[in-house]
Amino acid sequence: MPVSSSPNGAARAQAVQPDMGIALQAPRLMPHAPILQVTGVEKSYGRIRALNAVDVIVYPGEILGIVGESGSGKSTLLRMLNLEELPDRGDYRLNVPGVRSDNLFELDRLPRRDIQIRHIGIVYQHPHLGLRMRNTSSGNVAERLIMTGERNFARLRAAASGALAASEFPLARMDDLPVRLSGGMQQRVQLAKAIALRPALLLLDEPTSGLDVSVQAAVLDTLKRLQRETRVTMILVSHDLGVIRTLADRVMVMRHGEVVEMGLTDQILEDPQAAYTQQLVHAKL
Amino acid sequence: MRLLDVRDYCKSFTIHHLQRAVPAFDGLNFTLDEGEFLLVRGPNGVGKSTLLRCLYRSYRPTGGQANYHSRHGWIDLAAAADVDMALLRQDEIGFVTQFLRPRPRVTALELVAEPLLAQGQTQDAAEAAAAAMLDVFGLKPELWSAYPTTFSGGEQQKVNLARALIRPRRLLLLDEPTASLDKPTRTALAARLGELKRAGVAMIGVLHHPEDVAGLVDQELALALPAGAPALPDVTELVENLDAHR
Repeated sequence: MPVSSSPNGAARAQAVQPDMGIALQAPRLMPHAPILQVTGVEKSYGRIRALNAVDVIVYPGEILGIVGESGSGKSTLLRMLNLEELPDRGDYRLNVPGVRSDNLFELDRLPRRDIQIRHIGIVYQHPHLGLRMRNTSSGNVAERLIMTGERNFARLRAAASGALAASEFPLARMDDLPVRLSGGMQQRVQLAKAIALRPALLLLDEPTSGLDVSVQAAVLDTLKRLQRETRVTMILVSHDLGVIRTLADRVMVMRHGEVVEMGLTDQILEDPQAAYTQQLVHAKL
Repeated sequence: MRLLDVRDYCKSFTIHHLQRAVPAFDGLNFTLDEGEFLLVRGPNGVGKSTLLRCLYRSYRPTGGQANYHSRHGWIDLAAAADVDMALLRQDEIGFVTQFLRPRPRVTALELVAEPLLAQGQTQDAAEAAAAAMLDVFGLKPELWSAYPTTFSGGEQQKVNLARALIRPRRLLLLDEPTASLDKPTRTALAARLGELKRAGVAMIGVLHHPEDVAGLVDQELALALPAGAPALPDVTELVENLDAHR
């Protein structure tokens, strides 16, 4: 924390105009183009402005964290990145083989749905949003492949068990209904479903928020290993700064539907620039 | 070859709820060549660690430049894009503290191997290198597959140093890495730093016990409190001083 790094800081403090950090340059060393580029997203619900001029740029293999309190717009933004919901205005490009370079927000429903199924995976905080509770776990995972036209039972079965194994789900229970599973196992089924088609982009909405601490740590380790092995790009929404510190490379701070600050994870947590980020970080022990 | 050229480097913290700016350091200038060791000296609270954190960009500097000669050309660390900094941290610039951040259910070997796996090395190669590194710092082999969350402070520090120094680097920032090491670990660390220096790695160090690296230091940078700073340290600083000299 900045204050403690300068122990006699209070005494030396001067009432001067805030001295903001040096403006950053465009990337020069990064050899890849962004995999995801979202610009100018606006969304209002009646008179409530949920998202205002939001830009997001993510490079291949990165984990971007999005933090902010309830109502900051972070989950709304994630639903738009998942093409579940459309903004009033905005541009969304995914730089992925097989995806046309159009604005995804302007595609018709069917091609949009196709991109969502093949290239984007999502894990929700609440498993019932992502899973059919009355179908088997393996069936839930296989559903993604069925949607792309796969009908061969042996191949569906193999793909489902492969994805469940990659999510470190105990295969002996792959035919159990999700309602019979613990919270941590339900999240692993959601994760298996999300990665079954090897998406370029994995969206995580408070993926470990409902779990107790040791299960949370185990799921976070699975995510970390998965990212390392598959290089899948992740966007992680969480209000838990510990989860963000463990996983994210960069962090975007949101408030009232706007991006307040963006930076390397340790910089956001240790030298937050914006007044709101300082409050948010210091509110945490 | 010149590796780093720092000019008019400044940092002050803006504390919004106090509506205050707290200066850390102001107008620093120095250069560093490959294989050189720069020791940063000065009383507590003068901004030594802050300087290292600014170079690593855990903190955002507020003025000046830190031009770094990367494998891909010169880049100003004070203004480089976040993704560029992330790449440099992965491949070229390392930060060594005295603290490990262990994670539940991750073994010592896995923690140390992780930076190599992140670079794309195979599991076998990364684990072999991790084992060799843990051996250098004297962690008993029976602890390699145990969880560092349960380790003593000294054992955690060995894991920490192994993890921090396993990847080849061109510039190492050392933030009190020897602060509370036992003698054999301290000797092992000094020997390892010596090897790295001979291999051309440049280092900037903040050390409570500079004698630990006495043979390695090429230049010193003395930081002083800015003009007008109070002569008497506050309580926090007195406590830190006590800790340092215990």
